[in-house]
Amino acid sequence: MVQLVYLARLREAFGLATESVALPREVGTVAALLAWLSRRGGAWAAELAPGRAVRVAVNHDVARGETPVRAGDEVAFFPPVTGG
Amino acid sequence: MPVRIQREDFDIAGELERLRAGDVRIGAIASFVGLVRHVNEASEVRAMTLEHYPGMTEKALAQIVEEARSRWNIIDALVIHRVGELKPGDQIVLAAVASAHRGEAFAACEFIMDYLKTRAPFWKKERTPAGERWVEARASDEEKASRW
Repeated sequence: MVQLVYLARLREAFGLATESVALPREVGTVAALLAWLSRRGGAWAAELAPGRAVRVAVNHDVARGETPVRAGDEVAFFPPVTGG
Repeated sequence: MPVRIQREDFDIAGELERLRAGDVRIGAIASFVGLVRHVNEASEVRAMTLEHYPGMTEKALAQIVEEARSRWNIIDALVIHRVGELKPGDQIVLAAVASAHRGEAFAACEFIMDYLKTRAPFWKKERTPAGERWVEARASDEEKASRW
């Protein structure tokens, strides 16, 4: 299982803060996970569409499309940051 | 602990006094305080909610402070960032750097803020007369961070 965390605008758009999912064997990277989630359609397809500014972190470190995702990981999705 | 995330306000004088802590090597402290403005993008801001990602935000801030330590000869540094609901005029963030001389303190403090604005997971949501809206990231903040 992988723990997914949605923050800020994405949490509101999905109506969900966290979920635990079992990933299909072929979903082994951040890019594949984004594509898999966007196939849910609706807000998922809209917010995670290619070109949308979505940042991803795996186990609290900034991730890229090719970053591996493995069972037990915590993967967070969020918009560009606006603190300070 | 050089990095703190808290709901409560902070006392600038007290924090800077603790940062010095009687260390007589310190000849300069540069500090920055960020505040909630009452107007943003041409509309009135009645309140602001600051959200973070517990675990990652602390880690990101600690990494930024470590990066500042590796680039400048600084003696100590402090970052306090508030979360939760804030009102116009409220303090949001304090970054302070202590060093022997002012040049390194100024530079490291500005670096910490530029990196915090673009790399630390915080998000602002404003409440305006027209409703709530998430603050959008600014390209100018990215440009400032890329100078370093």
